[in-house]
Amino acid sequence: MAIDWFPLWLSLRVAVISTAAAAAIGLWVAWLLANREFRGRELLDAAVTLPLVLPPTVLGYYLLVLLGRATPFGHVYEWMFGTPLVFTWQAAVVAAWLHSFPLLVKSARAAFESVDHSYERAARSLGAPEWLTFARVTMPLARRSILAATALAFARALGDFGVTIMFAGNIPGRTQTLAVAIYDAVESGNGTLARTLVLVISGVSLAIIWFANRMGARTLGGRTPEAF
Amino acid sequence: MLNARLRRKFPEGPGSAAFSLELDLNAAPGVTVLFGPSGAGKTLTLDCIAGFAQPDQGRVLLDDQILYDGAARVALPPRKRRCGYVFQNYALFPNMTLRQNLEFALHGKPRLERHRRIAQMLERFHLEGLQGRRPHELSGGQKQRCSIARALIGSPRMLLLDEPARGLDAPLRAELYATIRQVRSDYRIPILLVTHDLDECLELGDDIVILREGRVAQTGIPHDVFDKPASLEVAQLLGLHNMLSMEIVTLDPVRKSSKLRYLDCELDGPYWPGHLIGDRVWICVRPKQVMAAPRAARLTPNQIPVTLERVRERVHGLRLEFSGDLAAEDSNGNADEARRVKDWVVEIPPSAMRLL
Repeated sequence: MAIDWFPLWLSLRVAVISTAAAAAIGLWVAWLLANREFRGRELLDAAVTLPLVLPPTVLGYYLLVLLGRATPFGHVYEWMFGTPLVFTWQAAVVAAWLHSFPLLVKSARAAFESVDHSYERAARSLGAPEWLTFARVTMPLARRSILAATALAFARALGDFGVTIMFAGNIPGRTQTLAVAIYDAVESGNGTLARTLVLVISGVSLAIIWFANRMGARTLGGRTPEAF
Repeated sequence: MLNARLRRKFPEGPGSAAFSLELDLNAAPGVTVLFGPSGAGKTLTLDCIAGFAQPDQGRVLLDDQILYDGAARVALPPRKRRCGYVFQNYALFPNMTLRQNLEFALHGKPRLERHRRIAQMLERFHLEGLQGRRPHELSGGQKQRCSIARALIGSPRMLLLDEPARGLDAPLRAELYATIRQVRSDYRIPILLVTHDLDECLELGDDIVILREGRVAQTGIPHDVFDKPASLEVAQLLGLHNMLSMEIVTLDPVRKSSKLRYLDCELDGPYWPGHLIGDRVWICVRPKQVMAAPRAARLTPNQIPVTLERVRERVHGLRLEFSGDLAAEDSNGNADEARRVKDWVVEIPPSAMRLL
């Protein structure tokens, strides 16, 4: 029996896009949480962490309520792109993003906080604007931990099931990601397909975690500067 | 010229006592040493001037520019203050070469200008040929000079050094002092140096500010401060010996003299204006000016019989510590010979007595 590899490619595509989006916003939020003192900082941290502990069905429900067809966002989206967001592969990206974003922010905040602050202070005392300090000092020093955090977020995005099936549905050939396809295969008694897909996703995830651990083990400018 | 008036309160927290910083500080071009024990607020003061910490109230003026004003709610960010800061660990960016480290401080300057200034700094701080090295490939002295060069390359209006000599061995320390002296003569800017090393105060300081529990205990030229500590606390901070509590027995304004009682001995002293007979006063005598000798049959004036408690060998001679909190220095004595004698006399000349 020929195996339909579409779910794997879709999952990879969804995970890449959602991780990129999570990194773009998440690194900025993590930097804010790690470096700025402002009112409601810990509240923001708690709000960002919430998706990590809520059941995926709850997250899916929130997405439907906030971004569904009947909502203001849904109207604007449909008016702009001609189709609704829900039950498309783009919806799967949003679902995977929500699933992986908290993990990225959490680990990136820890990574930024592990950078010895005297380097950032030195940069500021030398007249460097904040963006330059971030780009030339903080990021390079936290690079490995940030890479590790991104890899973990990618693995999490790849493995999302609950939020995706609530918000993007289970449409074979359109929104059926790997995790959803496995569920489908088991339900319909297709043991060979289920086994194959399970082995594939386990292997990919193992490789990613191995990479993340290798990256996280050594951090520049943090606790072990001589490792550089 | 720096003028700072800083007020900051920290409430008592778990594991830390309440602390309040309350100081006024003026620093002219030259080296001003901030001296004090750990926890006196030295680094906090530096951080408030550099902008890494905010006082609750006060004002920081540098060359008539306001860096911080609590009442007007002005607080310039560190990058606009133009205060060079040398960190204890040097804080050289490990991901950049020495040249890139210097160039980082010249952000926004034209290329030619950057090139000129880097060349100038490399020469001034003897770093030629090391441009391509990363911090971990530099020796301790090179790192030190590089971090000072980096702090100065953007022409700051002030230089702050946070315990730069901490943890350095003697040769490196000497090298650092030479570098700081060079900076003092090349740049006419205030240099604020935090230390808890007394030799550093005497060797480098044009002025010294003694901090204790967040307050200024005394300011002045180092030699004056060592000669005339303002209070018992300052004398103890400076590690001065021979702090003697004496009672005034007689005062003779005509002959400009007095008699003092210490350990049942009467000593001749100078006249103390403003004091009365019966007052207890703190007299401070430098160990160098105390004369010690094995006890003879008869005591001459101003000699106190004492017993030897300890002999410390130091780089330059011996320090003899006696009963009654007295200490003397003997520059060419022999430790074993000194230890053999138990009973001594020490003589305190009236001219050596300083009143706290």
